[in-house]
Amino acid sequence: MHTVDLRGVCCPTNFVKAKLALEMVDEGTVVELLLNDGEPVKNVPRSLKGEGHKLLGLKQAEEGHYVLTIEKVGE
Amino acid sequence: MADEKKRTTIDLNNLKAGGFIKERGKDLFTVRLRVPGGRMTVPRLKKIAAVAEKYGGEFVHLSVRQSIELVNINFRDFDAVAAELGEGGQRVASCGARVRVPTACGGCEYNPNGLVDTQKSALEVDEKLFGTETGHHKFKVGFAGCPFDCPKSATNDVGFQGAVWPELNLNECIGCGLCIKSCTEGAIAADADGRPVFLPEKCTWCGDCVKVCPTEAWKAAKRGYTVRIGGKWGRHPLVGTLFATFLPEDRVVEFIAAVLAWYKENAEGLGRVRLGDIIISKGTDSLLSHLRSRFPEQVEEKTIPPQVIDTQVGDGIL
Repeated sequence: MHTVDLRGVCCPTNFVKAKLALEMVDEGTVVELLLNDGEPVKNVPRSLKGEGHKLLGLKQAEEGHYVLTIEKVGE
Repeated sequence: MADEKKRTTIDLNNLKAGGFIKERGKDLFTVRLRVPGGRMTVPRLKKIAAVAEKYGGEFVHLSVRQSIELVNINFRDFDAVAAELGEGGQRVASCGARVRVPTACGGCEYNPNGLVDTQKSALEVDEKLFGTETGHHKFKVGFAGCPFDCPKSATNDVGFQGAVWPELNLNECIGCGLCIKSCTEGAIAADADGRPVFLPEKCTWCGDCVKVCPTEAWKAAKRGYTVRIGGKWGRHPLVGTLFATFLPEDRVVEFIAAVLAWYKENAEGLGRVRLGDIIISKGTDSLLSHLRSRFPEQVEEKTIPPQVIDTQVGDGIL
């Protein structure tokens, strides 16, 4: 599983870093993004959906951050 | 030697809606431009720059209500300024006791939060109601595309805020939990299996659940404007209160016209008084029932009067 740690990264840098990471994987790859609570977990999923990727799920980790699972769609 | 004096001729029709505002210096005026919703095409902007350079001062001013104001315009140049702006499709705005140019947020085509087409609404209102004399005081209208409400809709005489009514189809839900986390109002709870449960009384109709939902389990069942009436700022600020919900976008002009009719009638003889103060003195029921006859499905059963903001300066008694 590809994991991109975006904890401690502010909006919109976290979204742009997620975009750059997704550019490096093949279509259909499932990627986990680690996001802080607050703005990041509210904004990043929606923005990635807007880019056409498939949101699969969101879980809170024991440490308090969130793990967003998404599937890359498109090249 | 009166016969040697050069007579200045000005087309007074250009001044009918206002928009030419006296400055400090002799002969000089600010010309407020009509920019509904604050959207300005690039060619128009270039034309304005050319006119400002030719007739105006060293700068222009961007007004709080999204207008460009040309400063230091000599009144003898009014006709030329109006004519040259007109070549670029740019018209002069209004001031005084009239319906002002509506404000709006950027637009739902590119702003991901936008729920309704505020730019379209602003253009429509500008086209149909611009410059309408109220007989009493200024009358401002503003459009916000979502409950973030960047344009501060409730500080207008009539303020519109985009809204969607979300509807959940659990058959489509994959239980990803994104909507629960996205809802800042706590209007979506989780059931024992972690699936969403909608608590409509908490919902502010922002549509965040619809926007984040990966499977379209959440859909916009209804779309329109949340309407607040009676706001103003200035010396004695009021925040407008809720009069209608889910007003269809294509009935905005009709709604404002109905509010204007009530205002004209009820402020009769009271002089220069804003709508919000009239609502406070006459009570909200009169305006509610006036509007309900035309908008029975949208108008609220009850509301509260415009809310007074205590500025803490002066005693606030007029």
